[in-house]
Amino acid sequence: MKPHRTTLLMLPAFAMLGCIFLAPLAWFFVHTLLIDSDPSDLRDQLVAVLASRAMLRAIVTTNWISLLVTVTVLLLGYPIAYYLANRRGFRFTLVVFCVIVPYFTSIIVRTYSWMVLLGREGLINQALRDLHLISDPLPLLYNQFSIVIGMTYVLLPYMVLTLFAAMKGIDRNLLLAARGMGASGPMIFRRVYLPLSRHGVISGALIVFILSIGFFITPALMGGPSDVMVAMLIERSVEITLDWPGAAVMSLFLLSVTLLLYAVYYRVTDVRRLMGTV
Amino acid sequence: MNGAPLPDGKGALDLDGLTKRYGEERVVDAVSLGIRAGEFFSLLGPSGSGKTTTLMMIAGFVAPDGGAIRVDGADLTRVPPQRRGLGMVFQNYAIFPHLNVFENVAFPLRARRVTEAELRPRVQAALALVRLERFAERFARQLSGGQQQRVAIARAIVFHPPIVLMDEPLGALDKNLRYDMQVEIKDIQRRLGMTVIYVTHDQEEAVNMSDRLAIMNHGRIEQVGPPGDVYQRPHNAFVARFLGEANLIAGTIDRVHAGEAALRTEDGTLLRGSIDGPLEAGRAAALFVRPEQLALGDGGGENRMHGTVARRSFLGSTVRTQVDSGRGVHLLIDMINAGAMRMPEPGSAVTVSWSPACSRILIG
Amino acid sequence: MRRVLPTYVGLICLLLMAPIVIVVILAFSGPGYLQFPPKTYSLHWFARFLGDPQWRASLWFSLIIGLIACVVATVAGFFAAYAFVRGSVRGKKLLLSLLLLPIIVPTVITSIAMYFLSARLHLVGNLVWVGVCHAVIALPVVLLILLSSLQGVDVNLERAALSLGAGHVRVFLRVVVPLAAPGIVSAALFAFLASFDELIISLFLTGVRTQTLPVRIWNSLHLEIEPTIAAVSAFLIGVTGLVLLIDGALRMRRRPAMKL
Repeated sequence: MKPHRTTLLMLPAFAMLGCIFLAPLAWFFVHTLLIDSDPSDLRDQLVAVLASRAMLRAIVTTNWISLLVTVTVLLLGYPIAYYLANRRGFRFTLVVFCVIVPYFTSIIVRTYSWMVLLGREGLINQALRDLHLISDPLPLLYNQFSIVIGMTYVLLPYMVLTLFAAMKGIDRNLLLAARGMGASGPMIFRRVYLPLSRHGVISGALIVFILSIGFFITPALMGGPSDVMVAMLIERSVEITLDWPGAAVMSLFLLSVTLLLYAVYYRVTDVRRLMGTV
Repeated sequence: MNGAPLPDGKGALDLDGLTKRYGEERVVDAVSLGIRAGEFFSLLGPSGSGKTTTLMMIAGFVAPDGGAIRVDGADLTRVPPQRRGLGMVFQNYAIFPHLNVFENVAFPLRARRVTEAELRPRVQAALALVRLERFAERFARQLSGGQQQRVAIARAIVFHPPIVLMDEPLGALDKNLRYDMQVEIKDIQRRLGMTVIYVTHDQEEAVNMSDRLAIMNHGRIEQVGPPGDVYQRPHNAFVARFLGEANLIAGTIDRVHAGEAALRTEDGTLLRGSIDGPLEAGRAAALFVRPEQLALGDGGGENRMHGTVARRSFLGSTVRTQVDSGRGVHLLIDMINAGAMRMPEPGSAVTVSWSPACSRILIG
Repeated sequence: MRRVLPTYVGLICLLLMAPIVIVVILAFSGPGYLQFPPKTYSLHWFARFLGDPQWRASLWFSLIIGLIACVVATVAGFFAAYAFVRGSVRGKKLLLSLLLLPIIVPTVITSIAMYFLSARLHLVGNLVWVGVCHAVIALPVVLLILLSSLQGVDVNLERAALSLGAGHVRVFLRVVVPLAAPGIVSAALFAFLASFDELIISLFLTGVRTQTLPVRIWNSLHLEIEPTIAAVSAFLIGVTGLVLLIDGALRMRRRPAMKL
C-alpha cells in the first residue's frame, strides 16, 4: 500500500476520538458557557467561579497534594527503578510483578484496600491496639495523609516505569569509564548516573503531577470533608448543586492547566513512553 | 547499448530514465538500462550509490519520480508490486517466521489460487531445486543462514517469474558459504533460464556471477558491460578503482594517434595507452593499468618507470609489491606467488615495465 | 549501601503487594465480621457475591461493556498503530499525542462532557454506548502496545508477501496479523481490563439499572461497606492477574520468534 494511503488507516481511531471525546468536550463547553448562559456574562462567570473561596481552597489543596504525591512517588520510585535497571532474572521479574500488579488493578479496588488498612477499625489500628501501642484508634483515614498514601499507591508504577525506561538507556560503559578514572561509588552516582537519569525524573514527575491534579476517586473516598480537590469540586457542582456553568468554568481551568503541562511533557519526552516500557 | 531496444524474449527488462529524488537529492538519476532475457545482471556500487533504490523501484516498493520500467515491452511503472510478477530475494531473507518452509514456498502459489493438487508437487520441486526437501516442516528459526537463503530462493522462483530480483542476498553469510551459494544461484539461474537482477557491493561476487554488470555511483550508471570488459577497459577512474586494484598515474595528454595516446607524467616520463574517443593534447588525464599487468624489470613492455621497492605483502596466491616512483606515484605490482621466485628487497632500485596494450588513458 | 537498596526495594514491594494480598485473603474469610487474619476461611463471600442477582447483573454489564470496548478499541487501535508504523505523514508524534489525550484529560471532565451529550441523546444507561465511550479511554493503551508490537514486524516480510503476489488484504490477514497476534491479544486484554475496571465514566453514563461492578463498589464504599466488597475486589484482582498472566506468557513466546 502506498504510504499516504496507509495513513488513512488512522481514520477510525481519529473518528472515535473526535466523535466520542473531543466533540462532547467542545459541545459541553460551548453549550454551558455560550448557549445556556449569556455569553456576555462569561467574564463575570469566570471571575466569580475561579475567585470563589471554595475554588481557591481547592486549587491550593490540589497543588499541595499533587506536589506531596509527586515527591513521595519520586523518592519511592527512583530506588526501585534503579534496582530494576541493574537486575535480571528472578529478582527482576519479582519486582516488576510487584509494580505491575497494582498498576493494572482497578483504582477503586486499590483505594478500597487502603481503606481496609487505614480505617478506624482498619487492620493497622487493630494491630496497634492488639500490641497495646495505642488505646484510641489513630485518625489514619479521611485526611490528607490517607489521600497521599492512596494516590502514591496508584501513581507509583507510572514513575517506576518511566524512570526504568530512562535508566535502561544509560550506557553502562560510562559508569565503568567513571570507575576507571577513579571515581567513588557515590561520586559516580551523583556526577554521572543522576544527571543521565534526570530526563526520566523530569518526565516521571511531570506525568505523575499531571495525573494527580485531575485525580478524583482516591481523594473522594479517602479524603476528609475539608480536603476537596478541583476534580471533586467539579463533580459536586454537577451532582449536588447542579451548577453546570460553574462546573464548565472549573473544568475549563483544570483542562487548560493539564494541557499546558502535557505540552511541556510532550516537549521533553517521548509520548510513546507514557505507559512505560518493560 | 544503454536503453537500446531489445530482442523479444521472456524476462527482458528495460529501464528508461528512471529517477528517484529524496528532497533535493537525486538518489537515482536518469538510469537507463536494457537487460536481456535470461541474463544474469548485477548492479554494483558502493553504499548510497542508488543500486538498492533502483531495485526497489523495479520491484515496485519505491515509486519513481520519473522514467519508465518495462518488462518484455509492458510498462510496469505504475503497476503495484503484487501484480508485477517478479520474484524477489531480500537481504535478510524475509522468511515468514510464522509459516514453515513448505508454507513459505507455497505462499506465492496460494496467492495465485493454485489448486492444492498442483501446489504440492510444485513446492516440492522448488525445494528439491535448492536441496531442502527434508526441511519442509521446519521453521525459519530452526534453519541456518544458508538454508534460510535457499528457502528465500525457492519461494522467489516457485511461481516461475521471468525475472528474479536479489538484494545483496549473500551479505549476511560468511565467506566460504557465500562462494558456495554463488555457484548454486548461478546454477539455478542457468537451469531455469530466468533473468536475475542482482544488487551487491561485493565486486568479486558480481564479477564471478554476472553475464553483465552495471557500476553505479551517486545515482548514475558509470559503466555497463561484461565483467571482463569492465575490468580491463574501465571508462573512468571510479570504475577502475571500484572493480579491483588499479594503478592510476596522473599526467597530461602529450599527443594522440590512431586510438592511442601518450601521457606525460609529472616527472616527464612518456607512457602510452589506448583511448576510447577523441582526446585533445594538453588535457589532464590518468594512465590506468592493473597491477597484474606490471612486471619488475624491462621485460614487461614499452611503458617504463623507475623507482624503489617500498613494501611487499603476501596475499596468498599473489605477492603485491609497492614501488614508489617519485612525485607521489605508487605503483602496485601483483605477481603469482611461485615459491622459488626471487623478489627484490624493500629499498632496492627497480624498473617497472608493462605493455601499452593493457594500458588505458582515462579522463576524470 | 549494597544491603540498603535491596532491603528498601523489598520493603516497598511488600507495601505495594500487601493491600492487594490482604483484600484477597479477607475475601476468603468465613461468615461474620471481617477481621485479619480471618478466624475461618470459606467461599462464603464469593457465594454471596455471585448469588446476589444484583451483583450478578453488574458483573454481566461489566462484561458486555468490556467486550464492546475491547473490540472497538482493538480494531481502531490496530489500524491506527499500523498507520503510525508504516504510513508516511508529517507530525506523527503530534497525532499520537492527540490519541493519548483520553488518559491525560481528567476523567471527571471527560465523563461530565460525555454525560452532557449522552443525556440529550438519551444514551445514558445504553450498554453499547458506554462500551464505545470506554473504548476511547482504552484506545491509548491499545495503541501503545500495538505500536511496539508492530515495530517488531520486519517491513521486508510485507514486501516479500507483496512481491510474491499477495494483495493487501492477504498481506494483512496472512502476514501482518499473525505476526502481530501476540501484541493484538495483549492489547485486547488490556483494553478489556481498562473498561472492566473503569469507574468514573460508568458512574455518569450507566443508569440505575445498568451499574457495573466498579460503580457498585463505589456506591457501597460511599454508603455502607458491605463485606461482599472484599470478594468482588478479589474477583477484579483475579481478572487482572489472569490478564497479566496471559500477557506474560505471550511475551515469553513473542521474544524468540521476533528475533530475525
